[in-house]
Amino acid sequence: MKVLAMISIMAIPFIMTTIILHGLIKGINIYETFIEGAKEGFTTAIKIMPYLVAIFLAIGILRRSGGLNYLTSLLSPITKPLGIPPEVLPLALMRPFSGSGSLGILKDIITTYGPDSFVGRVASTMMGSAETIFFTMAVYFGAVGIQKSRHTVVAALLSHLAAVLASVLICRIILF
Amino acid sequence: MNFIWAFIILIGILVATLTGKLNVTNEVILGDAQEAIVFAISLTGIMSVWLGLMNIAKKSGLIKSFGNLMKPLTKLLFPTVPPNHPALSAIIMNMVANMMGAGNSATALGLKAMEDLQSLNKNKRVASDAMCMFLVINMSSIQLIPLTVLKLRKDAGSIFPEEIIITSIIATAISTIVGILVCKVFEGRESY
Repeated sequence: MKVLAMISIMAIPFIMTTIILHGLIKGINIYETFIEGAKEGFTTAIKIMPYLVAIFLAIGILRRSGGLNYLTSLLSPITKPLGIPPEVLPLALMRPFSGSGSLGILKDIITTYGPDSFVGRVASTMMGSAETIFFTMAVYFGAVGIQKSRHTVVAALLSHLAAVLASVLICRIILF
Repeated sequence: MNFIWAFIILIGILVATLTGKLNVTNEVILGDAQEAIVFAISLTGIMSVWLGLMNIAKKSGLIKSFGNLMKPLTKLLFPTVPPNHPALSAIIMNMVANMMGAGNSATALGLKAMEDLQSLNKNKRVASDAMCMFLVINMSSIQLIPLTVLKLRKDAGSIFPEEIIITSIIATAISTIVGILVCKVFEGRESY
């Protein structure tokens, strides 16, 4: 675990050093070149703003209205036969929508059931193995003006479902 | 996206109406919309850093050699992107940053990757196969050390907070493979 943590900390400085040293060796005017590239940062940030507003608005309303709890109760008849503990369902549903929202739910689960309970472990694994889908899609596609996302949603949701089921299964096999 | 966006908002407002919490809509407009702009601005700094560094790497030829190194992997996942194209380096760097838990750096590099992929895209309004694949991998990949989760578990008194690292890595591997396979199935088809 220490090794993994070390790699995590060292990766970014290492990449930076490599890029700068390689540029120097090849005789590039690295300062000017950096500035030239950095300018693009502002245009991209401005370009993604309307998409961010749109997605923050939608997810904000869904989250704070309690709409997700409603969806949870709708889905529970389907998910129960799959072996997904009902306690982690709100997390599984929130995860594709919001990172901060799902972190809040995870915190609730861990404090209620304990971090070393089955539910606590499944929830932690789920949090660590899935990503926010709709936010990422809105920002990434928005930035380049893509309007038709084709099979991205289907593939992402199936992948998310796989993460949820795998979390339950792996915790059952490995940790008990 | 069109349908999903409408669905999310309408479900939210419907539930808010039923539960008598209709004022949340106003709160969200006031608060979250501003948060979106703050987030975009906070991303500008780190975007500039990575776009600057990537520009150096492009001119020095580092991106090219890096692209060669990753060729076997990228050829399999992104057959439509020419080898040595800057998009592939941005994609790999995005994956690395994601794994290292450098979320904002990952976003910056990911947006760069999307722009590079868009330059190859024939229909600028429709996502290319490579874009779908990249996004799906991006959305199913994780950081090796989920620091916030570990902290939460530790604070709640877990006897072994780190035990979920290995389970997360396995679960992610499975979900990423599923995502890749689904993308491969759909690749080349116009729409459905």
